[in-house]
Amino acid sequence: MGPLIPNGVIPYEWDNIIAILIGIAFGFVLEASGFSSSRKLAGVFYGYDFAVLKVFFTAALVAVIGVYYMDYLGFLDINQLYVHPTYLWGAIIGGIIMGVGFVAGGFCPGTSLCAVAIGKIDAIVYVGGIMVGIFIFSELYPLFQPIYEGYFYGNVTLEDSLGINPYWFVFIFSIIAIVAFVISDMVQKRVKKIFY
Amino acid sequence: MKKELKQKSKHIYWNPYYGGFLLGILILFTFYLTGRGLGASGAMKSSVVSIIESVAPTHAEESSYYSKFITEDESPMKNWLVFETLGVLIGAFISGGLSGRIGWRIQHSPKITSKRRLVFAVIGGVLFGLGAQIARGCTSGAALSGMAVLSTGGFITMLAIFGSAYATAYFFRKNWI
Repeated sequence: MGPLIPNGVIPYEWDNIIAILIGIAFGFVLEASGFSSSRKLAGVFYGYDFAVLKVFFTAALVAVIGVYYMDYLGFLDINQLYVHPTYLWGAIIGGIIMGVGFVAGGFCPGTSLCAVAIGKIDAIVYVGGIMVGIFIFSELYPLFQPIYEGYFYGNVTLEDSLGINPYWFVFIFSIIAIVAFVISDMVQKRVKKIFY
Repeated sequence: MKKELKQKSKHIYWNPYYGGFLLGILILFTFYLTGRGLGASGAMKSSVVSIIESVAPTHAEESSYYSKFITEDESPMKNWLVFETLGVLIGAFISGGLSGRIGWRIQHSPKITSKRRLVFAVIGGVLFGLGAQIARGCTSGAALSGMAVLSTGGFITMLAIFGSAYATAYFFRKNWI
């Protein structure tokens, strides 16, 4: 039963080799989907290209449906998976700052790495910026510590926080995503085409 | 004729639903194997920590943030996310190479200069790096991998990223449209 490495089905020594292989697949899919182009990524915020919306939400849905289905079939124990912790104000404030960074720089960290790999100089500069941002955070850590460590709710899921049935949530989330895809195509038809 | 074809193929990307489906399967597979999701900014944090550790070791040990990631016998670069990120660079290089997209260039709208593009790229990077530390993860580690297991924090971070990007897009429109 999965997860395989934590349960010793695959020896721990394979962990880093698997990391590289998973990374190769991740980089390949992102680049092939056009995520090495900042102008394509930024399109989602101006309505001329919704690839980010479509790739991101399709991926999230396929993953969450797969996780719950494999748990249901007994291949994977959902309780053993790492749930990203909820630090309420850290998530909100950090997310807001990242959003401004996204639209200003046209990349997020994963996509900027793909662009670095194919020689985009703007992406190399962007990655340098990320490292400066991390440096600033680390040096001013006492200033950020209250929101970094405070308002902690544990490694909770929406099931814990909102008390909703995860299966129903995933079903409704899928419908919202399909509606969003249809609307995004309608918007894209009306918006002036941008060639890049 | 051959050159024309080559020029055209530069911008042919996968269907976004196909790319999204494969990415979703990959996240599922990653959880199935390792019990964790994907990440991207983590490796950059490890790089910063190891640079500071080698340039100013006492400062790194005294700092309450760097010291979280420093252990006695192992380098902060010996980390799952660092290996995964090396893979990302290789994978993107293979994909770009197969499609003829590799080359040194600064990509920007014809309406702005390369210099302006680079200045905004630095500003965007600094903000994203800072925000990713505050939120303990970026679009990959917090939002996407978080959403895959219905993490509350992952959903909040995703909404905050897209909400603030849409809210501020107007001010950056000259760079893109």
